[in-house]
Amino acid sequence: MAIHRHDNHKSANAFMEWVDRRLPVTKVWNEHLAEYYAAKNFNFWYYFGSLSLLILVIQILTGIFLTMHYKPDAALAFASVEYIMRDVPYGWLVRYLHSTGASAFFVVVYLHMFRGLIYGSHREPRELVWLIGCVIFVALMAEAFMGYLLPWGNMSYWGAQVIISLFDVIPYFGPLLTEWIRGDFVISDATLNRFFAFHVIMLPLILVALVFLHLVALHQVGSNNPDGIDIFEHVDENGKPLDGVAFHPYYTVKDIVGVCGFLIIYLGVVFFAPEFGGIFLEKDNFAPANPLQTPPDIVPLWYFTPYYSILRANTFNFFWIDAKVWGVVFMALSLIVFFLLPWLDRSPVKSIRYRSQPFKIALVIFLAAFFLLGWLGMNPVTPTNTLLAQIGTVAYFGFFFLMPWFTSIGKTKPVPDRVTGDEH
Amino acid sequence: MTDNSVSEPTVEDQKRRRFLTGITAGFGAVGGAIAVTPFALSMMPSERAKNAGAPVQYDYSKIQPGAMVKVEWRGKPVVLLNRTEEMMLGLEEIESNLADPTSLVSVQPPYAQNDARADVSKPEMLVMLGVCTHLGCSPVEKLAIGPDPEMGDDSQGGFFCPCHGSKFDLSGRVYLNVPATSNMEIPPYQYEGDIITIGKDTERVA
Amino acid sequence: MKNTLNLFFALLLIAIVQSPANAAGGHGAVLDDVDLNMKDTASLQNGAKLFMNYCLSCHSAAYARYNRVAEDLDIPPALLKENLMFTTEKTGDLMQTTMSADDAKRWFGVTPPDLTLVARVRKPNWLYTYLRAFYLDESSPSGWNNSLFENVAMPHALYELQGVQRVVGKVDADNADVATDDSVKVVGDTIFELDHPGMMSPRQFDEAMKDLTAFLTYLAEPAQMQRKSIGVFTLAFLIILMGLSYLLKKEYWRDVH
Repeated sequence: MAIHRHDNHKSANAFMEWVDRRLPVTKVWNEHLAEYYAAKNFNFWYYFGSLSLLILVIQILTGIFLTMHYKPDAALAFASVEYIMRDVPYGWLVRYLHSTGASAFFVVVYLHMFRGLIYGSHREPRELVWLIGCVIFVALMAEAFMGYLLPWGNMSYWGAQVIISLFDVIPYFGPLLTEWIRGDFVISDATLNRFFAFHVIMLPLILVALVFLHLVALHQVGSNNPDGIDIFEHVDENGKPLDGVAFHPYYTVKDIVGVCGFLIIYLGVVFFAPEFGGIFLEKDNFAPANPLQTPPDIVPLWYFTPYYSILRANTFNFFWIDAKVWGVVFMALSLIVFFLLPWLDRSPVKSIRYRSQPFKIALVIFLAAFFLLGWLGMNPVTPTNTLLAQIGTVAYFGFFFLMPWFTSIGKTKPVPDRVTGDEH
Repeated sequence: MTDNSVSEPTVEDQKRRRFLTGITAGFGAVGGAIAVTPFALSMMPSERAKNAGAPVQYDYSKIQPGAMVKVEWRGKPVVLLNRTEEMMLGLEEIESNLADPTSLVSVQPPYAQNDARADVSKPEMLVMLGVCTHLGCSPVEKLAIGPDPEMGDDSQGGFFCPCHGSKFDLSGRVYLNVPATSNMEIPPYQYEGDIITIGKDTERVA
Repeated sequence: MKNTLNLFFALLLIAIVQSPANAAGGHGAVLDDVDLNMKDTASLQNGAKLFMNYCLSCHSAAYARYNRVAEDLDIPPALLKENLMFTTEKTGDLMQTTMSADDAKRWFGVTPPDLTLVARVRKPNWLYTYLRAFYLDESSPSGWNNSLFENVAMPHALYELQGVQRVVGKVDADNADVATDDSVKVVGDTIFELDHPGMMSPRQFDEAMKDLTAFLTYLAEPAQMQRKSIGVFTLAFLIILMGLSYLLKKEYWRDVH
């Protein structure tokens, strides 16, 4: 008899034995949970991976229930959202969970990315984990942008108008491309209807597939840790890492605590401040789309504001090419640089704990620039703000393009042999 | 420091763990069930649906004898006709021309299964769905008694359907030899002072 | 390093809290603060009465239903039908206006906007200031103007209550503290003098406009009446669950040295 692969994984009982011969349940459970070893010193920053997954599930579930009542029709969309808020039993709760969920998604994903950056999770051998993650981030931005048109408020309308117009700058094809995206000469019912299709079907499918790949790639190479060292350098006689603990039960019980903490903050916003001071739900979006009246300040939602600032920052015509074109190029580049990170980082160590002083200084400058750009993107353009945005843009790109230089200078600290700092 | 950083739990530990896991899982399951509730409830009929299907109320005291109004209920016109004494008498005279004078096969509440096809406490008031039983058109009222190009020479007043020429008397009873074969439908209704409630008769006494 | 980061995040938090984006907007307009009590049912009911009598004849509130308003504000159905419903017979109907959009456009030059969500677009302080800032202006087509909303198309629908006021001047450095009395009043940054009084005293009118603002705030988001109480229950539950899961986590992690 041929050797069955599941023989390595003992089935719990006769029923599971029957199932395991046909579907590798025990094998997958063991390889990805019960016998997936992660360093024992994961800290606060390591909650945000599982939390991202949780929010994806929340968004898909609440999205399904919103789709039952929402009408993707320019004449009906705005009223259908208010119908959900008033006439559908608990519709307001489902809607606030979804609208707050969008912002929560970006908070958690930004923290997850920051974790990767400070502990070197983008470095060899996890480059593909990082790259797939970057694609997820871009897909998430597209998902959020298209979702924001659906309430058909005045800010939805004009936000989409401004962002889609960016494609106009592409030489020769630009105007044709924008018409193709909108399906009309302006943002219209056709645009709303297709954005609905992308938002509820295409992008969720892409996101789920990418998240699956992200996890497969992660489990192929194993999780990083706050020391940025390889726990498989020290294993016992069975091949288990000495500094590793099984993901289940140790990290599952820990993540449940994280989930509770997250839910307290998230539902706190949902129940007590769903508008979040006009940052999560903008006040101009409570007026229906009006193609004849632009809101006084067109402000994208907070998670896009750093890139929006970079877009607006450039006021110079380099090489006889229009400033507007450069703005779009810089904005695109501000996302592309994330993909290059694994190869820009030349430091001999991964973790911030052992990095050289120049890297730490550069990181603080980058963070300051990122938040400055984010803040400027929510505020009107003034000469001072434009100058600040230009300084912020230079600092933002400086962090990435000078990285090969500042990661190879300065003195790094010696990396320990075994993991340190049990924070549990 | 031992070589391996994970030790085996003792039997005591395992017992305590099972207890803690049980209580946390139980509490979590309660939370999960509560969390599911609003989603399940969101699929119940909304306020819009309830309103569309809700009974309508109308102050019928304003309708003079011989006058008719139409009230909308569940998206359909409901005819309220305050019949005169003369109109009521005409109902008997016409009976030989009718397909179903005693309303045996038509739809009406039991309290309206009579010649007037109306609640006995107020027989002169006709409350009827203004929908032709042939193909759903809305028949036109022909309230005048006497010869009429559409209703015929011996008309006692009635309703004429412009779509296919079906004729009904002032009780909504269908004529013989017209496309429609059944009397027009009477909805449930009840009176309360000057107010008629159409679409509800649950609080009706007897 | 850790301290630098902590300091950075602390400064960031201060920056966010004090950011102008968080301040109630309005492009520098001076607004009067109104302190609304959304639990004061009597005030909300009075606001509803004012709204149905004075606003709904021209403006719609077409996303809201009469019966929901009555239910949330404890208004008995009979009272609702007799005193508050003028445009329809069915208590579950949407609050439409009696005026057709075309007529409105002809009379006022613009269609009066729907008011269901006005409190979420404009915010309470703006509404409270706007409602009290109408004044007589012979040069405007309607004969009225508003110091917060220059050249507003809307006439002063509430003049029979407030009376007729005229602009005396703006509040500036020279007259920072104007003595206000029954005839002189400051709304926003403008000083008004009462030309002839209305049915209400200035103080009563302010109180009535506070009620109306409270009602509009309710109308913009009826769910606010429930969500906080559900929220308290939910968070209490989650805190207990978090405590339990923390004990569970500690129990398992005793294995890890």
